[in-house]
Amino acid sequence: MTQIAQEIREFVVKNFLFGQDNGLQDTDSFLESGIIDSTGVLELVSHLEGRYGIKIGDDELVPDNLDSVVAISRFIGLKQGQTA
Amino acid sequence: MTPPFSAHNLRLDAEPEVERIAASMRQALSQTLRRRGVVVGLSGGIDSSVTAALAVRALGKERVFGILMPERESSPDTRTLSKDFADWLGIESVDEDITGLLEAAGFYTRYEAAVRTVVPDFGPGWKSKLVTSGLQEKPGFTFFSLVAQDPAGTTTRIRLPLKTYLAILAATNFKQRTRKMLEYYHADRLHFAVAGTPNRLEYDQGFFVKNGDGSADLKPIAHLYKTQVYQLAEFLGLPDSIRSRPPTTDTYSLAQGQDEFYFALPFAQMDLCLWGKNHGVAPEEVAIAAGLKTEEVTRVWKDIDTKRATTRYLHLPPLLVEPIAELDAAPAEPSTPVVPRS
Repeated sequence: MTQIAQEIREFVVKNFLFGQDNGLQDTDSFLESGIIDSTGVLELVSHLEGRYGIKIGDDELVPDNLDSVVAISRFIGLKQGQTA
Repeated sequence: MTPPFSAHNLRLDAEPEVERIAASMRQALSQTLRRRGVVVGLSGGIDSSVTAALAVRALGKERVFGILMPERESSPDTRTLSKDFADWLGIESVDEDITGLLEAAGFYTRYEAAVRTVVPDFGPGWKSKLVTSGLQEKPGFTFFSLVAQDPAGTTTRIRLPLKTYLAILAATNFKQRTRKMLEYYHADRLHFAVAGTPNRLEYDQGFFVKNGDGSADLKPIAHLYKTQVYQLAEFLGLPDSIRSRPPTTDTYSLAQGQDEFYFALPFAQMDLCLWGKNHGVAPEEVAIAAGLKTEEVTRVWKDIDTKRATTRYLHLPPLLVEPIAELDAAPAEPSTPVVPRS
């Protein structure tokens, strides 16, 4: 697991699951598993923008980018590549 | 051959439905709530007007009390429409302008402070509202933006970060909760119950404020789709001024349609999508009836499920560690009437 994926996993477990990972897999869909709702997405976006110094556009707020630990990790990697 | 799915499927037999609701209200008041009438917060909108008219039909006009609760950001016609409607119904009503209560609670300053975190110049003379991302071309997460209009009329639209979004929402919820506080004041004073006014779309999709407009002793039209509420309005002969008014939240200083803020689509299309989903109609059929693409219907259905899941807590009573069995088993009223001591 990459360092980013590890950090995101920790954030999700700490912030949305009160520290209990409940068997969360890195490919689990946050929406389908009910872990993160629309307010949770805002929370996640605020965290990612602050932690990784990126700006997430309206058109990037899609499940492909944000719906699992793996998806976010890949998305952040791409965003950081763009700004590097 | 069964005719294709259309708005016709939502048509009610209005007269028996009105009688069924009236009987249910009488039963609720006399058997369960033990109150002598109802108070209804009147906004000049279709839902509160139909609820009040049904209550008059069920209980008689002397047992229905209307409360007008505008504030300084309300649409100018809210007060006139609701007062004229109360007079048209022939019910007693009171005008409780809530501006002073909202000022005392710090609503206006809290709201402006929250907005200034994203629009630093926001202040007197500005107007604003929240809008949702709505039904998008591609499947995406719902997010909210603030539309702010400066005194010269120029508008800007900014996607809200979490803290600002929550702060704006928390502040505006003062409006619904202040109104409910006044409704219960008058209900207690009159020994009446509070009639809530959500329609089915609002109730199902959690479009209400907990302990605000979501609070009530009975909700007589919560089972009716919005187009059915309009149908009852027509049957009950409500004035055109009420029936032709576009649905508005009347919560923000800029005019805001409900479909801008919460629902993915205007109510007539939302009704078709919700009815179709609830009755197992194929998405292709719903799409034709609603003038949408099949994939848009599927996306609206997904949004309906998401809203049901995320707003479920709004419907829940406070959660206990274990049930209090004695209360669950108790009848709604003591079997022996309690007579106050003289």
